[in-house]
Amino acid sequence: MDWSAIFSNTAQGLFSPATMAFALAALGLAMHFGFAGLLNFGIAGFMAIGAYGYAISILTFGFEWWQGILVSLVASVIFSLILGIPTLRLRGDYLAIVTIAAAEILRLLFLTNAFVDVTGSADGLSGYHNSFRAANPFPVGDYGFGPWTYNNNEMWVLVLGLLTLVICVSILLLLINSPWGRVIKGIREDEDAVRALGKNVFAYKMQALIIGGIFGSLGGIVYALPSSVNPGVYVTSLTFFVWTALLLGGAATIFGPVLGAVIFWVLQAFLSNVLPQLVSSGLLPFISSIQASTIRFILVGVGLMLLVIYRPQGILGDKKELTFVK
Amino acid sequence: MSSSANTPANPAAKTTGLHIGEIRPGVAKVDPIVTIDGVSRHFGGLTAVDVEHLEIPRGAITALIGPNGAGKTTLFNLLTGFDKPDTGTWSFAGHALAGIPAFKVAQMGQVRTFQLTKALSLLTVLENMKLGAKDQRGEKLLYSLFPFLWKAKEAEIEAKAMELLKRFKLDTKKDDFAASLSGGQRKLLEMARALMTDPVLVMLDEPMAGVNPALTQSLLEHVLGLKKEGMTVLFVEHDMHMVRHIADWVIVMAEGKVVAEGPADQVMKNPAVIDAYLGSHQDDDLGTITGRITLPKKGKK
Ligand SMILES: Nc1ncnc2c1ncn2[C@@H]1O[C@H](COP(=O)(O)OP(=O)(O)O)[C@@H](O)[C@H]1O
Ligand SMILES: [Mg+2]
Repeated sequence: MDWSAIFSNTAQGLFSPATMAFALAALGLAMHFGFAGLLNFGIAGFMAIGAYGYAISILTFGFEWWQGILVSLVASVIFSLILGIPTLRLRGDYLAIVTIAAAEILRLLFLTNAFVDVTGSADGLSGYHNSFRAANPFPVGDYGFGPWTYNNNEMWVLVLGLLTLVICVSILLLLINSPWGRVIKGIREDEDAVRALGKNVFAYKMQALIIGGIFGSLGGIVYALPSSVNPGVYVTSLTFFVWTALLLGGAATIFGPVLGAVIFWVLQAFLSNVLPQLVSSGLLPFISSIQASTIRFILVGVGLMLLVIYRPQGILGDKKELTFVK
Repeated sequence: MSSSANTPANPAAKTTGLHIGEIRPGVAKVDPIVTIDGVSRHFGGLTAVDVEHLEIPRGAITALIGPNGAGKTTLFNLLTGFDKPDTGTWSFAGHALAGIPAFKVAQMGQVRTFQLTKALSLLTVLENMKLGAKDQRGEKLLYSLFPFLWKAKEAEIEAKAMELLKRFKLDTKKDDFAASLSGGQRKLLEMARALMTDPVLVMLDEPMAGVNPALTQSLLEHVLGLKKEGMTVLFVEHDMHMVRHIADWVIVMAEGKVVAEGPADQVMKNPAVIDAYLGSHQDDDLGTITGRITLPKKGKK
């Protein structure tokens, strides 16, 4: 067993674009579900809009990288409006069904051959980095230490990702601790009661959907920044992985989703390294090394179930809240 | 327990002279705050509400009574925009309300509570109260990001909330989750929260249900206090003690229709009212259906 490789790969999971992308998306879900009570099972769709919006703006329309980010954000707002206008007046479960379906429709639209010139179909998109890398303030060279050593391009992605995450966390902190956040949490508890106090519940839910959606699509952009956009990523299981990160950390918290994303990726990195090695060193009989690397997804599923059963408030959640869950 | 044990020696002074002309269902009021015309609501084949004409007097306490299923809650829902009638028009303080969404009705000052209490469980008692406040611009998305724009107002709101909580004896619970309150305390919280909106008309759906009898008296005082402060109160209640004690005007519904109205003492003697209650409860003792009042005639048809 090559423990140093296992350790170094695991350590990289602590601080990677994927971790930050998950943290951003989970933050969006925290806004949707944890604070506003909106059941969004289409976070992968929001992430896809971020990633494709960014790449297509640059590749097809020749935009600058920052213009690509703006296009993605506008697109995610439009997506929220399309999802929200018909469903936010209905009971919560309708949003869940509509979001899961909408995310699939999006993915299939990106995947179909009809728009291959724009979306790249099954090959996805790549080679949109020139404008972004031209704006890189880091001179060519290596940065960091040990397992966390990055070249200047990787460094630029990480710094921008981290900055985005810090800004989103700060915005969420301000929002949730404001009177606006109080209304939002009230809506989560009982929207009719909030309506009876003269608040426009529909408008608040729409705002929450849009803000969480923007966080999700920023996650998609950060995911796409280092290399490419691949349609195989934005599948329903991505949605469930982000949910896992959210529930792990604590749905109704702000640092929980970030912590959950970190734990999720560190565990993923650890298991995907250690399991195949266990097989090759004969410690895991009866399975092949290919099977071993998929076992980790089974473990994620089992972990999610155990979590929801034994610690539904998540790691950072308030135990007290649970005493009152109906 | 007999009703006399609960009733103070001198019941609250009643507001009189509310109606114009002979008392009958749908009688015109001197100064109506709510006017209802031809409002009906059907659920499948069932007619839940069918009110030809009804006026609620301003500045008075009006009780809406009637057997279970009479359509009282449905009428509340229709008036407050939580449900839409199949036909009819109604107005509040001169504004036609048909098609106006519930939150706008509440903003106009017509605020309700619910029969099944809606405490916001995972908000603290104080947060519940603050949510009722009006004119907090920090509730707007863009303002909310800049605390210095709303902190001052927030302090004002908190002071007002604490004052109300003290009045309702909930001030010691301010930092507890609303979920930890007893059923009766939640009713009180919901009422106090409604008052945070500075309402013009307060509509209470069974405010006494589940409230500890020891609190009954102070709740009555609260409702009477609202009238003193110039608010209009409309409440649904099965407790006849409360109705007799504080209601200036009583409206009786049965099977969706207004079957009688008038001052409390007169309505209780109305044969239509006795019929309405006995019609659906032939075998019950009237006292147990309507609360703790003993009626002059015991339903001998
Ligand atoms: N949403 C609904 N769907 C079907 N029937 C309803 C609904 N709401 C109320 N009803 C019926 O309408 C009638 C009036 O109910 P309600 O207004 O709750 O009576 P009350 O408050 O006077 O006890 C009842 O027969 C009830 O079953
Ligand atoms: Mg009722």
